[in-house]
Amino acid sequence: MQRERVVVTGMGVVSPVGSTLETLWAGLISGQSGVGPVTRFDASDFPTRIAAEVHDFDPLKYVEKKEARHMDRFVQMAVAAAQDAYDDAELHDVDPERSGVAAGTGIGGMETLTEQHEILLTKGPGRVSPFFIPKMIANIAGAQVAMRFNLQGPNVTLVTACASSGSAIGDALRAIQYGEADVMLAGGSEAVLLPIAFAGFCAMKAMSTRNDDPVHASRPFDKERDGFVMGEGAGFLVLESLSHAKARNARIYAELVGYGRSADAFHVVEPHPEGRGAAQAMRRALRDADIDPNAVDYINAHGTSTQKGDLAETLAIKEVFGEQAYRLAVSSTKSVTGHLLGAAGAVELIASILAIKHQTVPPTVNLMEPSDDCDLNYVPNTPQQRPVHVVMSNAFGFGGQNAAIVAREYVS
Amino acid sequence: MANKEQVFDKVKEIIVDQLGVDEEEVVPEASFIDDLGADSLDIVELIMALEEEFGLEIPDDEAEKIATVNDAVEYIRENA
Repeated sequence: MQRERVVVTGMGVVSPVGSTLETLWAGLISGQSGVGPVTRFDASDFPTRIAAEVHDFDPLKYVEKKEARHMDRFVQMAVAAAQDAYDDAELHDVDPERSGVAAGTGIGGMETLTEQHEILLTKGPGRVSPFFIPKMIANIAGAQVAMRFNLQGPNVTLVTACASSGSAIGDALRAIQYGEADVMLAGGSEAVLLPIAFAGFCAMKAMSTRNDDPVHASRPFDKERDGFVMGEGAGFLVLESLSHAKARNARIYAELVGYGRSADAFHVVEPHPEGRGAAQAMRRALRDADIDPNAVDYINAHGTSTQKGDLAETLAIKEVFGEQAYRLAVSSTKSVTGHLLGAAGAVELIASILAIKHQTVPPTVNLMEPSDDCDLNYVPNTPQQRPVHVVMSNAFGFGGQNAAIVAREYVS
Repeated sequence: MANKEQVFDKVKEIIVDQLGVDEEEVVPEASFIDDLGADSLDIVELIMALEEEFGLEIPDDEAEKIATVNDAVEYIRENA
């Protein structure tokens, strides 16, 4: 069976460094960090008091007041990014039955859960909102996007922690490749800048405590890295079969050519020390794309700024790419955006596609001295103008679940 | 709270907030479902907000009879 070719024709983001493609790219290129002190709650009792917050997000630009009240922040952000992607693709009359949604979120509506749990404890069960469940459940973002655009085709929500939106995009790619849909809105969202989530990640000692120097806290591959910086946001892409895109003369950003997934099967939160699962996901994505490792120009790394994760990913890249690992560019845009958890895979695939568009690799900022064994070209601190034809975007999640997506410059 | 006008004004304020409608739409005869765009979940939430505001417990069989703004105001006047 001949698989359909799949192209990206629209993209939308909500991110701590900008919520348009232009501002996101400008932020990534200039290295303007989205990290600052936590303002969404009083974090003074927490070991980590910094985050990458989205300060300018206004759900009322996208939905009416009543609708907004019935959506958790992760849903509002998903709807916003999906709307921007839809508009960017200039989609108008899609066939509802041939169009669907694949959404990712690592956690879902935790803010709603904590609010309603507080009401349960203080006011009793009779005061828990009838909207509690349909605001909180993880699959509701995908449902809201489908209702908004009347998309009656495949609709899934993938939960693979910080790989969630990578998994969702991979699933959407498959849906089109196998003829199940012509158009898929694919991506993910996350908004858990909350005391309970912070407490949990702090207890794991997973987050940076560089509280007095927030803009330098997210420093993937650097010797002094001390954990990730939590962010929030959303990213959605319009994926379309090439024939559908051509028939309507759509502008094509890139072609999605490969998806690989795997599990470390090793530990609940630690990566396999040699990056076994990461390597397997990358290898499978290359095989799926039928692309030689030597053809890859740029890897947008998962690179969260944890000691173990960045090292394991580096080892995995070296294992998969051999000598090419030293020739290609690897960068972690989390150094600028912070870690958007379940939204990371989508926002970073968008960054990777923008790298193709601009033939420029965005930098890993705050990389002053790479740690031992981290010896690749991580594009330290300043962007590199170089040919970018084939990119890989990695997303790895707690639980050891991994996704890698390969995109390439569209050639007719 | 017995003053009808006061009750109406407070009910209106809650409806405007909960259902996202304009104040002018909240007239006594307005039906929550037909005129104010409420669905079944909206009504449950609205009843809860009224209970909270007026210190009431509205039994389900009574709540089911509250279909218009005036139904709500009258129920509150009689029971609050």
